[in-house]
Amino acid sequence: MAKVSKKNSHKKKLMVSCGDPAISEGDQQLLYEDEEEEQGGMDRAEEETMSSEEDEGEDERKRQKLLEGIRSLGGKRKKALGERSEAAGQMSEFSVNPDGGPGKVQLSDLIGSLEKTPAVPAKSKKQLKNLQRSKKTIESPLSKQETERIQRDMAFQKAASEVSRWDGVITQNQRAEQLLFPLNRDPAGPRPVERLVVGWKARTPLEQEIFALLSANKQPLIDPILTPAEEASVKAMSLEEAKIRRAELQKARALQSYYEAKARRERKIKSKKYHKVQNKAKRKEFLKHFEEMVQMDPAVALQELNKMELARMQERMTLKHQNSSKWAKSKAIMAKYDEEARKAMQQQLEMNKELTQRLITPLNDDDDEEEEKEEAAADEADMLPDFVNDAVDGRDASNPWMKGKLSAEPAQQQLSDALTEAAQASVSEEEECQAGETEEEALLGEFNSRRKLHQAQESDAAGGVLPEEVTEDRAAAVESEASDSDDSCLLESPSISRGRENVLKETKATDHSERSALLEERLMRIRTVEDLELLPHEPSDEPSQPPTTKAPPSEEKHLGKRKKKGIELKEVLTKETKLIKVPFTPTVTDSEDPEAKIDQRGLIKEAFAGDDVISDFLKDKRRKEDEGKSKVIDLTLPGWGDWGGVGLKPPKRKRRRFRVKSAPPPPRKDQHLPSVIISEKRNTSVSLHQVHSLPFPFENHAQFESCIRSPLGRAWNTERTVKKVTKPRVVTQLGAIIDPMAEEELLKNNKKVVASS
Amino acid sequence: MKVKVLSRNPDDYVRETKHDIQRVPRNYDPSLHPFEVSREYTRALNATKLERVFAKPFLASLDGHRDGVNCLAKHPRSLSTLLSGSCDGEVKVWNLTKHECVRTLQAHEGFVRGMVVRYCGSSFFTIGDDKTIKHWKMEAPGYGEEEEPLNTILGKAVFTGLDHHQKSAVFATCGHQVDIWDEQRSTPIRSFTWGVDSFSSVRFNPVETELLGSCASDRSIVLYDMRESTPLKKVIMTMRTNTISWNPMEAYYFTCANEDYNLYTYDMRYLENPVKVHVDHVSAVLDVDYSPTGREFVSASFDKTIRIFPKDSASSREVYHTKRMQHVICVKWSADSKYILSGSDEMNIRLWKANAAEKLGVLSPREKQAIHYSQKLKEKFQHHPQIKRIARHRHLPKVIHHQRKELRVMKEARRRKCVSSFFFFFFLSPGSTEGRNDGNPPLPPFKGEVAIWAGAREKV
Repeated sequence: MAKVSKKNSHKKKLMVSCGDPAISEGDQQLLYEDEEEEQGGMDRAEEETMSSEEDEGEDERKRQKLLEGIRSLGGKRKKALGERSEAAGQMSEFSVNPDGGPGKVQLSDLIGSLEKTPAVPAKSKKQLKNLQRSKKTIESPLSKQETERIQRDMAFQKAASEVSRWDGVITQNQRAEQLLFPLNRDPAGPRPVERLVVGWKARTPLEQEIFALLSANKQPLIDPILTPAEEASVKAMSLEEAKIRRAELQKARALQSYYEAKARRERKIKSKKYHKVQNKAKRKEFLKHFEEMVQMDPAVALQELNKMELARMQERMTLKHQNSSKWAKSKAIMAKYDEEARKAMQQQLEMNKELTQRLITPLNDDDDEEEEKEEAAADEADMLPDFVNDAVDGRDASNPWMKGKLSAEPAQQQLSDALTEAAQASVSEEEECQAGETEEEALLGEFNSRRKLHQAQESDAAGGVLPEEVTEDRAAAVESEASDSDDSCLLESPSISRGRENVLKETKATDHSERSALLEERLMRIRTVEDLELLPHEPSDEPSQPPTTKAPPSEEKHLGKRKKKGIELKEVLTKETKLIKVPFTPTVTDSEDPEAKIDQRGLIKEAFAGDDVISDFLKDKRRKEDEGKSKVIDLTLPGWGDWGGVGLKPPKRKRRRFRVKSAPPPPRKDQHLPSVIISEKRNTSVSLHQVHSLPFPFENHAQFESCIRSPLGRAWNTERTVKKVTKPRVVTQLGAIIDPMAEEELLKNNKKVVASS
Repeated sequence: MKVKVLSRNPDDYVRETKHDIQRVPRNYDPSLHPFEVSREYTRALNATKLERVFAKPFLASLDGHRDGVNCLAKHPRSLSTLLSGSCDGEVKVWNLTKHECVRTLQAHEGFVRGMVVRYCGSSFFTIGDDKTIKHWKMEAPGYGEEEEPLNTILGKAVFTGLDHHQKSAVFATCGHQVDIWDEQRSTPIRSFTWGVDSFSSVRFNPVETELLGSCASDRSIVLYDMRESTPLKKVIMTMRTNTISWNPMEAYYFTCANEDYNLYTYDMRYLENPVKVHVDHVSAVLDVDYSPTGREFVSASFDKTIRIFPKDSASSREVYHTKRMQHVICVKWSADSKYILSGSDEMNIRLWKANAAEKLGVLSPREKQAIHYSQKLKEKFQHHPQIKRIARHRHLPKVIHHQRKELRVMKEARRRKCVSSFFFFFFLSPGSTEGRNDGNPPLPPFKGEVAIWAGAREKV
């Protein structure tokens, strides 16, 4: 039974209400017991005044209102919370008694009793103690939205990772040369006998008799093709696996035999030079290997290092490669006149340097490397005869001609050159400008790509410092161009470059549009083959873009201005190039040294001292022109209508008659352009059928051309090749339903991967 | 004296029986065949021309519905069976080989919103505007029997999409929320909501069968896992997506047909950016279906055309249209990947070839070889301008052609504007936001633009 405790203002009511549920239900307000005690004193005082005013038999509602009003007078407004508590008498010892208890139950109370009970494990006791000690409040649970979001994230991660297992299958299918659908086809070829036998039944009486006999004698009706042992072995190694294994073995054997033969051959070679080269290569290889070893296996590396150190010491002691040997001395004498000898000396010095140089490795913790280096340099400087400096160093980093790469320095050289020239000769300024420009442009244009490569290399080598330099160089190049050319050039150069950019953009845009559209949709309907011929050749549907190229007009302007100045291009071109004296560079140059860069151009000039590019070009052009000219064709046949034989010539009349002069070709396009050769071989009627830009999957022209050149048809290929080449990419079976990919494919793929690895 | 005599062994050139193939001696030395490239080029050109001449994709039209065809369903076990539901609540079962309707039933009052055949092919489900899900037997009722569904479930709201699980007796519907139903129960076993009130379509992933995707009216695509209690992920697009279709061969790719005239292919693991945007339609794309080989998909559009896209190409390989075909509402690719079926507004279902110039029926081996050879030739010389121009040519109705042109001009102008005044484009007013029926189609929005789009389009 529930006992309802009530406010004690109406004592008689309280007495009645004891154990009476009917009244307790009518009473709405339920209060805490302790609350009651708190307010008790004050209430009582107020009630007496109230009872004098009010009569008995007031309705409940009014009374409550009043009570509330009174309570509000007290200042702090307590929330009227009700509690349904249990009768104290019927409480069990385990539950908390609200009546006489001290109020809240603390955790410590519980733990106190916990200590006494032996049934609780020590671990949980400890945990509880810890809990008691730590006064931290537990974090409130996350809001519903946040928990949901976390749940979603987790679920998505799971699903994504699950789906990713299809990666292998999908990429394999994308790469596959041929896809067969439906995927779960029965394998072609004869079925195993067992499967055929299953569906077979004895029909004729003879068969039945035989089967009866067999079954009576307990003979196996279906004789197994393979014994269990055989099956196991088949399972252990499938045919494919065996094939792969055999192929591997074969390959290994072949490689071994090749290697042996090669070693034998090499051993027999007597050439010293060959072995020298070989040794050098080995050394290089070793060095490369060594670096890896340093990281992988420091102990072994240290040993190797010691060996190397020993070799170095020996080298230094013997002075083998220094210029003190007899051979070196003789060469030193010859070197003044002989290029070869000079080179040989250089090489030797290089070798010496290489051998005497201490290796810089992380293992080597000597800090006197710099000293060593300086020493070596000093040594070299001592050893080097003066005349060696005259020549061009073979391994000079700043020399583009020996490397086959042009660095960015020429631009600076041009600048300095231009400056010096401007100072020197003001009379020949214009000529110089023209000549310099053409020359430089030709050179720069030719080696543009190489320079870029080189720049990339440099930047790679020097890290983040160099890019600034490069930009500086570029700026310098622009400046040099500006200073090289006169004012008009200066004004027009930006416009030209802009024009070029535009052109580039345009081509890109057109390319893109061409590539993106698969279909050319028009209003015309094709019904016959003749209609096909009528299709417009150019994709007219494309929005005609206004021509944005500004390069040609500006160039024309350029030319026009030049003409105004009255300089005949031909004259300029045929004039001899002016030789410029440039101090020779020292052989050993530091590429970091800015002063060394200045003399780059001198090097170039020197390298091309013998070549006369311009006259070569003019000759070339003349030859082309001559080729195009009309020729006289002699059609006389000796002995035709006349006597013929040794020593007899056809008569003059006949010769004159049968010598035909072909019509002169149309004038060449480059007739008035002295510095240009325009090939006349290009046939516009053919170009209509030719591919103009490299199609997408191909990387270079050679690839595409070779693809086009290889025929597919059976007139040029064997039957097997044709079959292989014309294999369709997707094969579907007629009338077969293609089901979506199933989990089995995953397993199949895994098997394949395992087999191939 | 030695006499040399010409001698030939007849075994080398005489065949044993007349049924043997005549031996043709050949020398494959390339120096003896200087014109091989030009000869093959000519063959390729001819093959291309013939392909265009023989490109007749339209096979048949199935008529019989008395209202627009609203949904189609393939039979998973029979190629010749097709189900179609119309806007008047009628469902028809068709025999495609005979081009005839074999069964008609009045399934719902109002639209048949969705239809799907059970994976075993013995029964099918329909949903309609009358808030019911009905389960029907595939066989027609016997003589004298009444046409009655096996089971009817009355839902609380209208269902708009339906799909069946690939392997188990579970199906999914969408409407107010996405529900997963067990066939044996009349209440959903699971419901997914994520702050939106209406979904337009739901599709199970055919490969990873527990996953499903749906598109909602708040322009979002939401992915679910049947085993989880919450949705997985959501991507919100610029305009509303009408349908999605999963690639049946590549588990994590799906393509969605969007109101902004484009189709988007997504990798479900990386929803930030679509893998490919497929353009070419000039009006809202209403339906999309993958070929069972997973290499191409077909899309149906409000612009009265069907287009076929290779799965990794931005533009379509083929466009189908006829004079009488109106807005195409639903499209399906047949299970043998040879045919395409489209249902349109003007009550017809059309049967198309998937490859327009393909020869149908059984081919002799020589024919097959010739076809493969010419196919390879076309592929080899596809970049040559003459061949390209013929292979790419398609006839397009005037209206669509002009619309395309207009769109292109708009796009170009927009691009120019964007490039020239990149910083001011937030002040530019967006394109027309009217419906697409006024002949002035809205511009497909581009990235970063702030615009309000009237996305909703009333179906019919």
